[in-house]
Amino acid sequence: MKAKKGTVRVITGNAAAAYAAMLCRPDVATSYPITPMSEVAEQLSTFRAEGVMNAEMVEVEGENSAMNVVAAASIAGGRTFTATSSWGLVYMYDALLQAAGFRAPVVMAIANRETPGILAVSSGQQDIIATRDSGWIQIIVENCQEILDQIIMAFRLAEDYDIQLPVMVNYDGFYLSYLSEAVAIPAIEDVDKFLDPLKMQPQRPKLQPGVPLGCGTHGIEIGFMELRYKHCQALQRALKKVDAIDAEFKEFFGRSYGGQIEEYRTEDAEIIILTSGGAAGTTRAVVDAKRAEGVKVGLVKLRLFRPFPEERLVQALKGKKAIGVIDRSVAYGWNGGPIYTELRMLSPKIGFVPILSYIDGLANMDITIPHIERVINEVNAAAKGKSYQEVTWIPLEE
Amino acid sequence: MVIKHKNIFETENAWSNADKLLLCLDTGSWRTERPVLDQAKCNYCGLCALYCPPQCMLDKGDHFESNLAYCKGCGICAHECPRGALTMVPEREFDNEG
Amino acid sequence: MKEIRIHGRGGQGAVLAARMLASAFVTEGKYVASFPMYGFERRGAPVVAFTRIDDKPIREKTQIYNPDCLIVIDPGLLTLPTLFTGLRPESAFILNSPKKLTKQPNENLKIGAVVNATGIAVQEIGRDIPNTCLLGAFAAATGWLRLDSLLACLKDYLSGDILQRNLKSAERGYKEVEVIKW
Repeated sequence: MKAKKGTVRVITGNAAAAYAAMLCRPDVATSYPITPMSEVAEQLSTFRAEGVMNAEMVEVEGENSAMNVVAAASIAGGRTFTATSSWGLVYMYDALLQAAGFRAPVVMAIANRETPGILAVSSGQQDIIATRDSGWIQIIVENCQEILDQIIMAFRLAEDYDIQLPVMVNYDGFYLSYLSEAVAIPAIEDVDKFLDPLKMQPQRPKLQPGVPLGCGTHGIEIGFMELRYKHCQALQRALKKVDAIDAEFKEFFGRSYGGQIEEYRTEDAEIIILTSGGAAGTTRAVVDAKRAEGVKVGLVKLRLFRPFPEERLVQALKGKKAIGVIDRSVAYGWNGGPIYTELRMLSPKIGFVPILSYIDGLANMDITIPHIERVINEVNAAAKGKSYQEVTWIPLEE
Repeated sequence: MVIKHKNIFETENAWSNADKLLLCLDTGSWRTERPVLDQAKCNYCGLCALYCPPQCMLDKGDHFESNLAYCKGCGICAHECPRGALTMVPEREFDNEG
Repeated sequence: MKEIRIHGRGGQGAVLAARMLASAFVTEGKYVASFPMYGFERRGAPVVAFTRIDDKPIREKTQIYNPDCLIVIDPGLLTLPTLFTGLRPESAFILNSPKKLTKQPNENLKIGAVVNATGIAVQEIGRDIPNTCLLGAFAAATGWLRLDSLLACLKDYLSGDILQRNLKSAERGYKEVEVIKW
């Protein structure tokens, strides 16, 4: 049974996130506005007002309450959605951790923006990094269609009985949140069918009036360790589940994104550029241009960040001669970007080849085509044995 | 790393000195209307200057005038003037370069 | 791929213009990607919108540094020092101004188009929202977009009386734009 072709509309990334949530028929969809994702909250409200979506939209006074509302609703058995960014994400931090610890399958859209510390109303992935140890599944997408598709897949993933974990779908603030593209919006009946398998699974426990079940019991000593272990194991199970759901999506809707990572022209590549988000899209174009010049370069687009796709990365990178990682954030306490520092842990398995860290695109700065060309040139030189600079903050060198 | 960027901040963190210029934008060009003073009504109370958000009211001795290089036309001065001496007038009624 | 950069001020509809343009090109079967960049998000502050059009999917997510077409909604923005930097050879320039273009602003420009979009907008819409008028002028000057495609997509963004007025404004932009070829 295949899905019908979707209705094509020119919409922004934010609108795509709201459409996706609406199509999944959430029970509660509460979101507090913040630049650059306010449009998500506005569009959800419009859907509610027009009767297109029946979700309960609690009017919260801040993001902390927003997360408390959706996490609680989720534990009461509801399908829940919210959205935020940077300051909002860290404002809900305790509730964020609760949601994950409670194994509440909340789906959240994040329009990535720089976090507090330096005031910035601009794009950056530091909010992903600031919450990488929250226990949430974190996925990063590249364009508006992928925002929509991945949020649908996120409900399928989060609520899977084997997983039961909240999922963040991340997209670049400003560069993707405000980007208008033609997006194929599936029919709601088709989304229903795609999510139907969840109904066939055992149902997770939920709060119900009159039933003496409570969630969030005190975890003591070995009991705590047991629950924590179960959480970590669920995150590990999510790795293969992400690939499986991508395959299901491809089968039904005809679109695939590769699952945990996407490999673009990597099979015969000698060097690899590893990056995420919108920059992966630009890198695709530069890879093609460089290939035409004879450079054997490929792109690995990191989609799943938490849990970290170790095995898939090892498969993709093993035998390559050098790797360049473009991070849109920093790893405090390490010299280099976060994806770079985590990738370094794979060196024993992929081979101790040069891995070069590039930090770029902070605070709305553009990761341009000349920047990516420079990265490819330097990684190529490193692959050939030339000495290289391990960490480069590209804009500061200009 | 060879840093070519010339530091904007003298400090490790984001301090800015109100007596020094950190960022000077041509905010006057953002204006769509400007405050016009009826001097007959003005008693030089200074409330317009006190309330002006970018603090661009110039003291002319017996009245205040907005510095048109920076005035963004927010209209707060006109709103706060206890004598109604200030009126917001659309920019297109003035001869502007284009 | 064609890269179009629209310069305006907050409140002039630059961002909406970029979206309308994107929608119009999609109806003609093109792939589009369009996004704005604001310095300060307020009325009067400069805003730039980047629009890419192609016959195949667009992957680039960067700002536009080498435009094939510049659309300037506010003549006050002509003083921007980098306005014409990086223009592709044989590019186009569409300007909202009551005055005529007296000289070729940049040697890479092949087409120069001027229309008094503010004047037309004030007449047809009653307010200085020149964006739809300029889109009509763009369609006429470049020939990259059919007028009917542009007019057809306006209903996705506007309705009722305002839609009718903007349709008129866009049509007048198309008909009244003065195009110079260098």
